[in-house]
Amino acid sequence: MDEQTFPIQIKGLRDGLLITLGDGEWAVLEPVLFEQIQSQQAFFRGARVALDVGPQILRVNELVSLRDKLSEQGISLWAVLSESPTTEKTAQLLGLATRISKPRPEETRQFSVDDLGDETALFISKTLRSGTRIEFPGHVVVFGDVNPGAEIVAEGNVLVWGRVRGMVHAGAKGDTSAYICALDLSPTQLRIANEVSAALEPQNNPRPEVASLNEDGKLQSVPWQPS
Amino acid sequence: MSAKIVTITSGKGGVGKTTAVANIAVALASNGAKVCCIDGDIGLRNLDVVMGLENRIVYDLVDVIEGRCRLRQAMIRDKRLAELYLIPAAQTRDKSAVSPSDMVRLADELRSEVDWVLIDSPAGIERGFRYAIAAADQVLVITNPEVSAVRDADRVIGLLEAEEKGPASLIINRLNPSMVKNHDMLSAEDVLDLLAVRLIGIVPEDETVIVGTNRGSPIALEAKSKAGQAFRNIALRLQGQDVPFLDLDSQGTLWARIQRIAGRK
Repeated sequence: MDEQTFPIQIKGLRDGLLITLGDGEWAVLEPVLFEQIQSQQAFFRGARVALDVGPQILRVNELVSLRDKLSEQGISLWAVLSESPTTEKTAQLLGLATRISKPRPEETRQFSVDDLGDETALFISKTLRSGTRIEFPGHVVVFGDVNPGAEIVAEGNVLVWGRVRGMVHAGAKGDTSAYICALDLSPTQLRIANEVSAALEPQNNPRPEVASLNEDGKLQSVPWQPS
Repeated sequence: MSAKIVTITSGKGGVGKTTAVANIAVALASNGAKVCCIDGDIGLRNLDVVMGLENRIVYDLVDVIEGRCRLRQAMIRDKRLAELYLIPAAQTRDKSAVSPSDMVRLADELRSEVDWVLIDSPAGIERGFRYAIAAADQVLVITNPEVSAVRDADRVIGLLEAEEKGPASLIINRLNPSMVKNHDMLSAEDVLDLLAVRLIGIVPEDETVIVGTNRGSPIALEAKSKAGQAFRNIALRLQGQDVPFLDLDSQGTLWARIQRIAGRK
């Protein structure tokens, strides 16, 4: 029995099952997976499943249909593990976990620092709506707004070409030289390194601002000055 | 006939999802369309009360899904409009009785029967919300001009984007123009500024809505009601007409009229 004929491995975990898919086309693997489930219905019914899809790139509609089909079989999908950042992102958007052993705050992390230099930034070109959390071990650049209820946690700096009305944490690993800048800085809360500021007064005439820690280590924001 | 399936959802509870579904359905049906409403709030059934059809329920949504009756048997005909139907929610079950694919199957079956299917989503973003939006061709997000409701609407719009449900349209419900004028309430512009989606209707605060809801007679049937007019306009916009937004700021002219009358005395 080699991997070619048996592309699906099932393993018991502390709190459910881990199904690992082998190599191959999704269109081929998915039916095989359901065949397997059909043949052992009693075993799978009520199971809590984490699915390791390997390098498979899955879009939202594929994951949604997979989740629905599994739930029809009485299986609840709670995590999707993948080497593909796209799939991970999709899973996160759907509220599925993407790691099985690490504590929750680690879930949204997608890249390790090792393969990124200090100068790497995550570029997001959409508005972050309430409930979205972005964690990144480098800088974060957002082309759009950060709405109330959204959170950005970056180890480096955060630059927002838009309005910041949610929570932004720069220098999350303790970098006191980190800064946050935005076209309009009216956040619910700002954090730099270990400093926390309460809400800044929303401004009638929004102007670009840069927030950083001053000599006393306090968080302050100053209007941007063309130099 | 191929129905358009529209889900009305909000995230936050109590902002007027059920009232909106009842009124938009009544308005569409008075325009001559064949409409079926589905109450998606299993376990917390409301839409039948708002539509005044509570005492006609024999079969419900879960009966259809679990095959205890045919679809037509669960479609309750409205007492005023011949082309308006309701599939009520089950009151004695919970959200786990329905899956997203159940809703897709049901909606597909309804497509050939009617012109419009309106689904009333439960509050929240859990399973109930998921199955309510599963079949939708279009999603209307309804909010009140309140910070907490807008925050939840924002979250819901984000989830809809993630589910690739296409751009949501927004209904702002219970806007009080005089409070907006005194800066005691968010204005429609404030809400739109944050949510950045297409606006499909602004419904003014109107006490007669509550009266209509309690009587089981949606106010969209009443020609004079301003909120009713707002719901009728939403229906027309759904049907593809370009209807200008109501001038809610007529308080001034009304006041002026009262003053004129008072002055004459």
